[in-house]
This record gives sequence, C-alpha cells and structure tokens, in this order.
Amino acid sequence: MFAHIVWLVLRKDFTVEVRSLEIAYTTLFFAISCVLVFAFALVQEGRAPVGGAAGILWIAVAFAGTLALGRTFERERQAETLRALLLAPAARPAVYLGKLLGIVALLTAAEIVLVPLVALLFQASLLAHPVWLALILLTGTVGFAAVGTLFAAMLIRARSRDVLLPVLLYPITVPVIIAGVRATGVLLEPELDVGLLQVWLALLVCFDVVFVTLALWTFEPLMTE
Amino acid sequence: MSPFDSPQDKPFDAARGKPSTALGARADFDQLTVDDVSRHFGRRRALSHISFRADGGAILGLLGPNGAGKSTMLALVATLLRPTSGRIRYGERDAGAHGAALRAAIGVLGHDLFLYPELSARENLEFFAGLYGISDGRTAAARALETAGLADRGDDPVSSFSRGMRQRVALERALIHQPRLVLLDEPFTGLDDASTAALGLRLNGLRAGAAIIVLATHDLDLAEGLLDRAVFLRDGRMIHTADRPGALRAMYRDVMTRANVASGFSRTDG
Repeated sequence: MFAHIVWLVLRKDFTVEVRSLEIAYTTLFFAISCVLVFAFALVQEGRAPVGGAAGILWIAVAFAGTLALGRTFERERQAETLRALLLAPAARPAVYLGKLLGIVALLTAAEIVLVPLVALLFQASLLAHPVWLALILLTGTVGFAAVGTLFAAMLIRARSRDVLLPVLLYPITVPVIIAGVRATGVLLEPELDVGLLQVWLALLVCFDVVFVTLALWTFEPLMTE
Repeated sequence: MSPFDSPQDKPFDAARGKPSTALGARADFDQLTVDDVSRHFGRRRALSHISFRADGGAILGLLGPNGAGKSTMLALVATLLRPTSGRIRYGERDAGAHGAALRAAIGVLGHDLFLYPELSARENLEFFAGLYGISDGRTAAARALETAGLADRGDDPVSSFSRGMRQRVALERALIHQPRLVLLDEPFTGLDDASTAALGLRLNGLRAGAAIIVLATHDLDLAEGLLDRAVFLRDGRMIHTADRPGALRAMYRDVMTRANVASGFSRTDG
C-alpha cells in the first residue's frame, strides 16, 4: 500500500506537470540562463577556467532545484490540496516520497539538457564517463531534493517561504553540493581516479541515506500542525 | 431515481457494510464529542472552552460571523490541528492514538475545494479514491460523477468548471470513501438555487444513512430547516446551542444581540 500511495502521488504530479509544463519550462529557462551568464563571464577567448564546469553545473542544478521545489508546493498551496493529502489515511511518509521522486524526475530532466550545454560551453569532457556522471548526478540530486522537499512542505504556510527556503536549504545541503562538485571534478581530470571518485560517491550515498531517513521520520510530526 | 437517491447516500447501510479499503480497519463510531476544547495560535485565542456533541443521523450547524472560529473548529475535528486543551472523542477514541484509522472515516469539504485544476474531475476523484484505499477507484469515481450530475463532463479539466460544478465535484471527493463523519465548511458557497436544493437533498440522504454531519456556515437562510442542532460561536466562544432550531435568522439575531450586550457589560465592568 505504501508503494501504491507513492506511485499515486508521483503519477498525479507527473500528469499535472505534463498538462501545464509550467515548472519544467521555468526551471529549464532559469538553469540555461544561469549557465549562459557564467559562460559569458568566465570563458575568455574560447578558454574556460579549469574545473569550472563542475561548479557551474551544480550551481545551475541547485538554483533550478530551489525554483522547482518552491513552485511544486505553491501548486499544492493554491487549492489547499496539501491539506487534502494530509487528511487522507494514506501514510504521510509515502506522500513525501511521492513528492520527492517527482522533484528528482524533474531535476533529472533538467540535467539531461544542462550536461551537454555545460560540456559544450566550457569545453569539459563531462560525457566521457556517462555512467559515473549519471551516478554522481542522481545521488547528489536525491540528497538535495530530500532536504528541499521536506523544507518546502514545512514552509508552505510561511508568508516569506520564497526567502526562507534557500536560507534554510543551502546551508544544510552544502556537503551534498561540495561532494557533487568534487566528484564531477574528478571526472574532468585527464586520468580518472576511480578510488577518489568512489570516496565522493560513497559520501553522497551516505548523505542520501541520512537525509531521506530523517525526512521520512520527521515528515509526519512536522506536517501535523 | 434522482441522482441524489444514489446508493452513496446511504454510507452505513448495514446490508452494504463498510466500504472496501486496502488501508486496514477504519474507525467506526456514532458520536463525536467535543469536550472543553480550546485552541490558541501563539497568544491569539481562536477557540475557548467549546463543548458539544454530534450524533449519527443528525446535522449539527456551527453558526457565527466571520472569524468566530468555525473553520478552526472543523480543522480540529478533522485532526488537522491539535487542541491546546480539552479533548475531542470519536466514539470512545481520541485522535492522537488512531490518526490514520480516524482519517479514513472522516470526509472534509473545505472552503477551498481540494481539487487539482489541471486534472479532470474523473482523475481527481480516482486519485482521492486511491488515497483512501478504495480498491475499485474507477467505479467509485464514475458513481460519484453520476451523483454530482457531471457524468458527461467527467473528462473535462476542473479548471473549465464553474464554481458550482467544482463545489459538486469537491463534495463527491469528500464523500467518495463513504465517511462516517462529514465536515462541511461553507458548502453553499457559489451554488445556484438548483445546486443548493440538490446539496440539501444530498445532506438529507447522508443523514438518513446515519452519518454524523457538522456544517459550518454563516448563510442562515440556506441552513434553515436543515439543522438538527445549532451551535452559535462568536469570537471563539460558544454563546448558545439549540436543538431543532427554527426561525434561524431571528434566533441568530437575538443570540448575537445578547452576546453583544453581555460583552459590552463585561468591557464596562473591566
């Protein structure tokens, strides 16, 4: 039943987004603009700063993710549908997990566009190791979205939620962003250091486990009032 | 047969038994007891020492002006809020220990309609049927659409509906799991005369099916003749109760005038 509720919430979010494409368009537009601004500022005479691509990629993911988180829950706030979700007898952690997977899917779609764009503009060999890159992006995105989904749900009634979300989210997800940037940076080295990459990936997986477990544990009591 | 004579009007018909859910046993009860309940938001006192009882097969009205605390009372009964003090009992159960089981037996029609405007009426109803663990959500949604008189518009997005049509879908969403306790916050908002009459029939059907119905409204003309018990609230306080209230508007005016005089006196005394 838990998995069924997760699937229902995920499918509902997906259907709503496919109908409106509102969050996908704004998130993508914002992320692409961010990458272009950095490219105009940092790429001089066709030469990009060494290792800059990893940082730019994760900045774009973090900014776009914050925007997507805010808009996703704003949608639930407008018709008070989050209340309806909380009124249902369904397990509340399942509702959280469904929302989390929706955010992760949305950010993954944004990353599919962002990675080749960053690789092209910053002449970075991001796509040389696609499996490693996919693992880094997935684990990093899950860690970032796990905290973000919890905070965005908590802040849904706060008047200054748009300001509070990044203020609360970035300090806590800094370890995830740093690990993501470092792991992506390893991929850009001429010689791939698999051992070092595995260390950063293990760290990202640890963050994911801790953040998702804490969020599942705290979502019900935090959303009760 | 009118759409409002549908089997859904009789949620607790013994022959039909409890609705099929995959969420395990849901709580069953035939009485709601609010016992000396207060609720504060920080230093603001939204409700103060409220006590009343609502029985199965009866409609209880929470009446009062804007800001009287009606919606807060409904949120407390719906288990969305916890009382600062006092107890709310569902039969012999408290909300704290039986959260999910109780929520399975409660249907809420809020002032906001709890519908996704991008989804069709059918998709909304099927989604909520799934959340309430109804095994055949498709059939339940089809039946609900028929009861709402919207079977031919079921695949249209809710955003294309008028307020009255949305209200009818929202009511069926709240009742799709055949709840024992039905909580309605200003259910007549945006309804034309025909829809208001239909809602009255629907509520009478639920009453005949032994549901406990609590209705918050400030629209006394529409509530006239519908209520079995009225609880008058003002500034978060319960100022009067009446069984089988008649001539609601006159009673309301009288009760509020007396409350105004009393509060005027207490202010002068203070």
